[in-house]
Amino acid sequence: MVAFIARRLGQSVLVMLAVALIAFLIFRFVGDPVASMLGQDANQGDIAELRDRLGLNDPFYLQFYHFVLDALRGDFGISYRLQQPVSDLILSRLPATIELAVTSAVIALVFGIVLGIYTALRRRSVETAFIMTVSLIGVSLPTFLIGIGLIYLFAVELQVLPSFGRGQVVDLGWWRTGFLTESGLKSLILPAITLSLFQLTLIMRLVRAEMLEVLRTDYIRFARARGLARRVIHFRHALRNTLVPVITIAGLQLGSVIAFAIITETVFQWPGVGSLFVNSVQAVDVPVMAAYLVFVALVFVVINLIVDILYWVVNPRLRDSASGGR
Amino acid sequence: MTETPLLSVRDLVVEFPRRGETFRAVDGISFDIAPGEILGVVGESGAGKSMTGAAIIGLIEPPGRITRGEIHLAGSRIDNLPEAKRERLRGKRIGMVFQDPLTSLNPLFTIGRQLTETIRRHLPLTPAEARQRAVDLLTEAGIPRAGERLDSYPHQFSGGMRQRVVIALAIAGEPELVIADEPTSALDVSVQAQIIAVLKRLCTSHGAAVLLISHDMGVIAETAARVVVMHHGRIVETGSVGDIIKRPREPYTVRLIEAIPSIRRLHGAPATAPAGVPDAAPLVEVRGLSRDFVLTRRGPLQRLLGRKEEVLHAVKDVSFTVARGTTFGLVGESGSGKSTCAWTMVGLLRPTAGTVLLSGHDIWDGREGERYRRRRVQMIFQDPYASLNPRWRVGDIIAEPMRALKLAEGRSETEDRVAELLRRVRLDPAALRRFPHEFSGGQRQRIAIARALSSRPEFIVCDEPTSALDVSVQAQVLDLMQELQREFGLTYLLISHNLAVVRQMADHVGVMHRGALVEERPVDALFDDPKHEYTQMLLAAVPDISRVA
Repeated sequence: MVAFIARRLGQSVLVMLAVALIAFLIFRFVGDPVASMLGQDANQGDIAELRDRLGLNDPFYLQFYHFVLDALRGDFGISYRLQQPVSDLILSRLPATIELAVTSAVIALVFGIVLGIYTALRRRSVETAFIMTVSLIGVSLPTFLIGIGLIYLFAVELQVLPSFGRGQVVDLGWWRTGFLTESGLKSLILPAITLSLFQLTLIMRLVRAEMLEVLRTDYIRFARARGLARRVIHFRHALRNTLVPVITIAGLQLGSVIAFAIITETVFQWPGVGSLFVNSVQAVDVPVMAAYLVFVALVFVVINLIVDILYWVVNPRLRDSASGGR
Repeated sequence: MTETPLLSVRDLVVEFPRRGETFRAVDGISFDIAPGEILGVVGESGAGKSMTGAAIIGLIEPPGRITRGEIHLAGSRIDNLPEAKRERLRGKRIGMVFQDPLTSLNPLFTIGRQLTETIRRHLPLTPAEARQRAVDLLTEAGIPRAGERLDSYPHQFSGGMRQRVVIALAIAGEPELVIADEPTSALDVSVQAQIIAVLKRLCTSHGAAVLLISHDMGVIAETAARVVVMHHGRIVETGSVGDIIKRPREPYTVRLIEAIPSIRRLHGAPATAPAGVPDAAPLVEVRGLSRDFVLTRRGPLQRLLGRKEEVLHAVKDVSFTVARGTTFGLVGESGSGKSTCAWTMVGLLRPTAGTVLLSGHDIWDGREGERYRRRRVQMIFQDPYASLNPRWRVGDIIAEPMRALKLAEGRSETEDRVAELLRRVRLDPAALRRFPHEFSGGQRQRIAIARALSSRPEFIVCDEPTSALDVSVQAQVLDLMQELQREFGLTYLLISHNLAVVRQMADHVGVMHRGALVEERPVDALFDDPKHEYTQMLLAAVPDISRVA
């Protein structure tokens, strides 16, 4: 177990270093930081002095080394656009994104798994046919269209839910949450549904396909031949086997929910990390872009690590070959 | 039989609606099983054996269903019961054992959990009592240290051990009838005999009758008293095992019995005289062949710490020769190194040590050896369903070796030669425009043989060429292989776990055990007077119809 996690951690560190290198290269090659800091009419002496002070005359590897050290301390420099430390910017926006992502991930997982099981067990019912058709729409419609459609229906026509922003937030000192106020919760509904819809249909279809596959296996037939109750066969034997492959895909999907909430955040003007990134791209705010890149990679690496460990816990076959050293 | 039969099947019909027409899997069969009796059901694939078993326990996969007939269990009718009541019969009154022990158990649960949940479903026991009963059942099924093994997962058991667990599960609810559907077909010969014994012992001691379904007449002959022969969904003949084997009445039964190769020379045919000159220089010479597999790859850290690699010696110092025009049989259990040996001889796997000589040329001698080998050595694989590319036409499949080796010039010559090859393997030359899925298993294996012949090889390695085929088809394919051997003067290396097939085909036999060649002699000498104790054990374990009095 320890060796397994250590190996995975080692691989994660390698991935993070590679991403940091790419982020660092963006710094170096997308425009000259000195030019953007001093402006057009700076004299040569000032430029040379600033270059020296910023360490830009150091060799490449030394600069990268400093970049990584700073990044580890959470220092990604100052935003060109907002003139604030990048890490403060991201941290202040992170709660909004995480609350949105977690809510939509929960929606996607709960409804995806429940509907997936339902449609697999009631394979020929009318409800299944209906759900499958609707899910096809969910997969094929782009996120922004669904978002705009929901805004039109619930915010413009019915006027029951707000169309943008986070509503009122409560400041807990280190975290600003929208979960504790009515307007915060109301504001969360539409973006969370929009963001979860694609993942929901994907997880549902995956669970359904896996479940149908598992129900055809010999051990399910044998479980029936042993006279086990239908409920036990479906929800103990079949479900657990179904979830083994689902964990991998669902984990990576949740990663992309956190990392790529950009479109949803833009449509609903959600004050999260995604909209920060979009604004930074427009202003060529390189430090924010680089930090965002590292942040997204970190999210994926952490989720991947969790998925691997989960997989290892669920699947006894893996446990043996990893710890037994066989 | 004066008492009421335990199970009585009357005029049973099982149908599958399929694209407008209905397919009758079981077509009006009737039979009885007395309490405690072991009844064998024998027949080839597609005969409706398994479907009969599924109908009795109520597990026919939809859209299949029983459309006529009645099934009575201990006097009361069960085939028309609602599903909820049917469910309560399963495991409690009728148990079932499936063919493949590797897939019958849920891989994510310990065997103890699977046993106790079954026991507690059927018997009013506390968890602790159920656990004790699980230990007792496993001990009875011959699993050593059952108490400790209870918390192991299925993958931690061997195939034979898993089938013991499956049998223990099937009788956990004390059923009156156990349906065993090919319980040993996926197992090695030596394990097969033990499992049959376990099945028989457990069912006898728990007073359960057995419906034993098998394509292997040998297994039935050693286990059952009465046997039902099925063909195309109908019962052809019913009788005592001795009568069916010694005095079959129906033509189909006669053919079926005749097609079964025996490890004894039943039909009095002498060994086919080797086509080649016996003392000519050997075509194939294997010298000191070894092949290791590294089981644990060492990372850089482990290498620094000096951790040893774990190595499996799949083949250990094997030497033998095969004379031109003869067949060398290689037998042994799975994992004994037969296939590894074959792969090094066709160039698929590089030997760790030793040489393979073909007419004196080392086939592993760089590019030169490869060029020499590729034309002269071919291979026929076990599974004709997996060894032919499903997206290619038969003509292209057979022509591929010719094209790859540039043996034929132009399209018309290639096509002529493919057609000729198809004729040689007794297939219609028109087959070359069709796809593999349009052919049956036996026909596909003929296509595979035609492909092997297409480069005009001298030496063909046949890895279990008939294990995936029915007995009657197996006989045809083996006959064809013998005819082709005479026509083309071919030399075969025949790998099989089926000793009867080897006895029929081979001139020389080598017995492999744990990677080593333990005995290697002319076929009759080896079978009639085995010297090595492993060979003796192997021969004694084979279920054989000729032993029935």
